Amino acid sequence: MTMDVAAPRADLGPSLPRAGRLGRVNWNWLGVAPFFLFAFLFLIGPVLYLVGGAFQNTEGAFTFDNIIALGSPNIVASFSLSIRLSLLSAAMGAVAGLLLAQAVILGGLPAWVRGAFTTFSGVASNFAGVPLAFAFIATLGRLGLVTVLLRDLFGINLYASGFNLFSFFGLSLVYLYFQLPLMFLIIAPALDGLKKEWREAAEILGATRRQYWQLIGLPVLAPTILGCFLLLFANAFGTLATVYALMGSGFDVVPIVLFQQIRGNVLYNPNLGYALALGMVVIMGVSNTLYLILRSRAERWQK
Amino acid sequence: MKKSFPVVPVLTALFAASFFVVPLIATFYFSLKMTRGELGFAAYASVFNSAEFLTTITYSTIASLVAILIGAVIIVPTAYWVRLKVPRLRPVVEFISLLPLVVPPVVLVFGYIRLFGSNSWLPLTTTTAGTDMLLVLGYVVLSMPYMFRAVDNGLAVIDIATLTEAAESLGASRLRTIATVIFPNVRAAIISGAFLTFSISLGEFVLASLLNRPAFGPYLVQLGQDRAYEPAALAIMSFGFTWGCMVLMQVFATRKPGQRWFPRLTSRPAQRTTA
Repeated sequence: MTMDVAAPRADLGPSLPRAGRLGRVNWNWLGVAPFFLFAFLFLIGPVLYLVGGAFQNTEGAFTFDNIIALGSPNIVASFSLSIRLSLLSAAMGAVAGLLLAQAVILGGLPAWVRGAFTTFSGVASNFAGVPLAFAFIATLGRLGLVTVLLRDLFGINLYASGFNLFSFFGLSLVYLYFQLPLMFLIIAPALDGLKKEWREAAEILGATRRQYWQLIGLPVLAPTILGCFLLLFANAFGTLATVYALMGSGFDVVPIVLFQQIRGNVLYNPNLGYALALGMVVIMGVSNTLYLILRSRAERWQK
Repeated sequence: MKKSFPVVPVLTALFAASFFVVPLIATFYFSLKMTRGELGFAAYASVFNSAEFLTTITYSTIASLVAILIGAVIIVPTAYWVRLKVPRLRPVVEFISLLPLVVPPVVLVFGYIRLFGSNSWLPLTTTTAGTDMLLVLGYVVLSMPYMFRAVDNGLAVIDIATLTEAAESLGASRLRTIATVIFPNVRAAIISGAFLTFSISLGEFVLASLLNRPAFGPYLVQLGQDRAYEPAALAIMSFGFTWGCMVLMQVFATRKPGQRWFPRLTSRPAQRTTA
């Protein structure tokens, strides 16, 4: 849009009365130079360095070997573990968050309930990392309060029945503590955007609640839900501190493998580490980009 | 249609609320059990009496504050300048400010270690001061998406073009305009972004650990391996801290420039004074 307007004006330039500006270079961009310099040195540069390194061997010659080495069994296994964990925790977060938002916003509950959940979600979605792992160990660990209570009061032995906090499923339950509130926060505006008229029209035409959601509500929300799911996926994929505090360094999700690689070069090849970093950035980039595309698609309904 | 009692929504909300609250209660209760046979704040006392806790939390607090300061100095003039003079660059600047959401911290710090390592053109990691600087700048990068959005929202509600013209016609230089006119007007927005930055960087683990700095995050992890009750106490304190940061962030984000902290005591209905 702005380009179309700006182009003809540039052609008219010489005939403009302000001849003093003529021939001068526009120095306005200099004002943003410090920002670009900073971003280049401490954000883009380091990432480009890794990307470049991913396509070089230890002597600095161009090669695809590192990318091919990503196909080795242990690396495929860690990507697969990361992706499965992120998918499961994103799915759990998306479904639970959507149900909660639907109940709180459209379920006819008093307004303060929504306010309370919104405030709490703002905090909980930022309560990740090491303290979150501690909280779950104190709750559902082998000596955690809930584990002990269930055993002493109800005679249910969680760990004997197959539950383990320090497992794939346990970890996704921990992730749920920040995924659910995040979903709640980002899906809420979309539920507000469901017009009352649609629901009324459906009811007048004799639709049941189920039909309304199946044929109108969910299809309208689908791009938003999918977008939010991808955001949650990326959110889980990049998580390191929570896993590390809970599982130590033995649980081989991709960030942990990279962390170990930086610490002590466990892959015996720094350039393979670069390829690993590249893989992470690509996955995060793709899911975030798709999220943005889906979000702009979903906003069609809000006009 | 007759409104019936919303059974399913109430149950859903209760279930979610208990999922959120039970871990907090359990952790709090657990943190009180350090002394055998009685409930008390022994774990908290033990945390506060630990010299390592005090040094690491001081280090992380200073690092976070410096990061907030540098972030504000970089982002406020940039957001201001983009809005005022080069709106065409806005998508680019916005895109860059969102990039840290795509680059995981572990990748970022990997890049730092390699790019600023011992045999690079700018060997920052070879000195303590250089590594401290990298850590702080890393926090600036990690908080950039939030800081930029907060400041940009703050700039949206004030008329920067008019303010700038007014300052210029009074003879203020560019730098003076930014320092004495724009900064004070987006102060609330900066502080709002600052609290989020603070809550992110105070307990940050990955950067601090891989840059080998004596920060609070690595101390937390170590404590989690060595002790049982102190981590629970710290988790509760950390939740309270995050809560405080988020509340203060909200307060400052919704505060208009020049707005009073408390309504005037002799307040009259607003309509009458404006009419």
